[in-house]
Amino acid sequence: MSAATQTAFAAGLFAATPPPAGLTAWNSRAPERRYGVYRNNVSASLTGALSSRFPVAERIVGLEFFRAMAQAFVLLHPPRSPLLLAYGDDFPDFVAAFEPARDIAYLPDVMRLEVARGRAYHAADAAPLDPQALAAVDPARLGDLVFTPHPALSIFSSPHPAVSIWAMNAGERPLTPLECWDGEDALVVRPQMIVEVTPLPPGGAIFHRLLAVGETLGLAAEAAMAAEERFDLSTNLAVLLRSGAFTAIREENPDEHRHHA
Amino acid sequence: MIPSRLPRRAGVGFKPEHFADILSAPEPIGFFEVHAENYMGAGGPPHAQLGKLREDHALSIHGVGLSIGSMQPLDRDHLARLKVLCDRYQPESFSEHLAWSTHDSVFLNDLLPLPYTEETLTHVVEHVDQVQDVLKRQMLLENPATYLLFEESTIEETVFLAEIARRTGCGLLLDVNNVFVAATNHNLDARDYIARFPLEVVREIHLSGHSETVDDLGAALLIDSHDTPVKDPVWALYETVIGRIGPVASLVEWDNDVPAWPVLRDEAMAAQRILDAAARQRAA
Ligand SMILES: [Fe+2]
Repeated sequence: MSAATQTAFAAGLFAATPPPAGLTAWNSRAPERRYGVYRNNVSASLTGALSSRFPVAERIVGLEFFRAMAQAFVLLHPPRSPLLLAYGDDFPDFVAAFEPARDIAYLPDVMRLEVARGRAYHAADAAPLDPQALAAVDPARLGDLVFTPHPALSIFSSPHPAVSIWAMNAGERPLTPLECWDGEDALVVRPQMIVEVTPLPPGGAIFHRLLAVGETLGLAAEAAMAAEERFDLSTNLAVLLRSGAFTAIREENPDEHRHHA
Repeated sequence: MIPSRLPRRAGVGFKPEHFADILSAPEPIGFFEVHAENYMGAGGPPHAQLGKLREDHALSIHGVGLSIGSMQPLDRDHLARLKVLCDRYQPESFSEHLAWSTHDSVFLNDLLPLPYTEETLTHVVEHVDQVQDVLKRQMLLENPATYLLFEESTIEETVFLAEIARRTGCGLLLDVNNVFVAATNHNLDARDYIARFPLEVVREIHLSGHSETVDDLGAALLIDSHDTPVKDPVWALYETVIGRIGPVASLVEWDNDVPAWPVLRDEAMAAQRILDAAARQRAA
């Protein structure tokens, strides 16, 4: 009997129907407003969880619009785990297909950046690579270096200026009219306790992505150069070392190297 | 089984916005309590802060997502995460609620009520046994703030909780605000509820604020909102309990519209004064 009671209680929480049968109160056998407290708690707590993961999106579209969007998402994609830290990873995809938000083309990408920042916040801790680490490497061997990515690292790319829009609405940069609507790339990192979004120079996204999957520095630089003629290796290396995106370096097949030498 | 063993002092629900204040002006806080689910990421600021707090303070880990009152099996993955957390921080106490929050794998993120019957009692007892087996510690179970009742209920809440404690060996977390809220909502006398409560197995008390509204018929309906100071009738109820059982770990919870640290600390100090008075009276 009680399993059925719980099923009916749960089903009614997301429906605009009268409360399920079997509920009561000291003064009424149809405790509509009392059941409504639970309905309201569920809705407010889940949309609230999304608000706290997507504060910049909420700021861009306004509280009311965000809430309506979040409620629509919660109905179709309620959380499947009590781990709300990860709830809403697919909210940006939902927003991309959400008709009323269609005019704000950059919004899903700004939200994807917020997802990446949330993941970085909770990622495992690791000490970033010493910025001087490359100085000790034999210049002839630089091309063979392989980098270990920091657990918090992700590389963000958008066909919209989503990084600038995020930064202005997050209070990281003054709000000014955007002059350039080109796409933008950024590293999302957390070298210590603060999540940082580091804009990438041209070709930087390809370069860092290849390094993050374990390709050598030589191969990553070549591929970035082939894809983007403005790619500049020393600028990108400076970003790499300053950002804390990687934790260690090693030489690919050092034995083989010695053998040839 | 490691027993729940919080210091018999006043504690505070930890909020990250108070971290710097807590570190810069250390005060004698009896213990901190955190919501388990906020510390289930791999690393980052939450663990850095909790690790630091743990160096100098007793800790209570309070779960809000295990759904112990569910008629369906417990989420084993979630229980495993709780185990990892308890192993990492070795808290003085772990507690959860007499409520459910997951159904058919959907997490509803609220503490939902259950009917009290022989059947639900059996389920909850099995779940508490399972939690204590996995964590290898005694857990505390908290009485809920409820807004409605079930026609099928046949057992009083106080009897239901006493029976769970008797069968499983778990302790109870008596939330006196929840008592006041539920008693008002069901037109009962909160003092009667306390008189019937198995106070001998209470290992922790919760104190918090509530808000006031009305039901369909205009009768008082209190909401367990944790967004105000502890209200006078709840303090009075607390003094009654402490007068009867002596000092016990007492937590001030303030989860919404969180005030500045000194306001929360003063609430805990008020609880501490009541504990101190009870200790003096017992010594006399
Ligand atoms: Fe509580």
